[in-house]
Amino acid sequence: MSNAKSRSLSLSQRGMNFETLMWLFTRLSALGMYVLIIFGLIGALIMGARNQMNFADVMRWAFMPTVTHVENTDVPDLAPWIAHLWKLTASALLLLAVAHGVHGLVVIADDYIVTARGRQIARLLSIVFMLAMSGIGLYIILTS
Amino acid sequence: MGLKRNVSLSTGLRYKGQGPMLTFVLHRIGGIGMAVFITIHILASFLGGDGGKLANAIYENWAFQIFIFFCVLFHAINGLRITILDLWPKLLEHHREAIWIEWAVFLPIFGISVLVIINTAVGG
Repeated sequence: MSNAKSRSLSLSQRGMNFETLMWLFTRLSALGMYVLIIFGLIGALIMGARNQMNFADVMRWAFMPTVTHVENTDVPDLAPWIAHLWKLTASALLLLAVAHGVHGLVVIADDYIVTARGRQIARLLSIVFMLAMSGIGLYIILTS
Repeated sequence: MGLKRNVSLSTGLRYKGQGPMLTFVLHRIGGIGMAVFITIHILASFLGGDGGKLANAIYENWAFQIFIFFCVLFHAINGLRITILDLWPKLLEHHREAIWIEWAVFLPIFGISVLVIINTAVGG
């Protein structure tokens, strides 16, 4: 173990195809979601969540900062929670999460669907599903 | 393409991959759990009606909160471990230690969260 050397190829030697790009996207979107969730969490605490919301409500807000997630709490004024900043954060989080999640489902499906034709169909369905969930999610966030 | 498998399901289930295998399985359960939950949650919020209200009522139940928080927190912390090890491959030498650190981070956060959720549910 001690003399194990990294055998990874440089990017130019390896070549970049779609699967490699998605491999990288999965990791970078994870970091992106960390940033957005921590941003939402800090924002909630600054707006007074500590004394006005219970733990589950704060988590619900952090993982998706839309106003419907704080409506049933003791927050006195919803105005700061409905600001454009939060709609933008929620939209970015939604798009990252849907793309990350749908690609994850494709990776799982590839473990069980092994024919070229089957994988093609799985990818086509996943793209339709991704577009549908992104659209519906954005509609809910922007109209709530 | 076309992968040939000569392994039956029962053999697969008896595979003992230990710690790394456990994180792989839990990562997958957490991922599928979130995908199903968030899909139904978005559709329920979009469609509304009695079905939507029922779905969202189930999600506010404390037992479901514990389950979904397990999915989210484990997937997030395990995902961060994978991301760090993959983006800095030299650290892969210490991947077993990384899994121990992962549990040391996950268990206290999840344990305290479960206590808080149950405390709130019983009217604390």
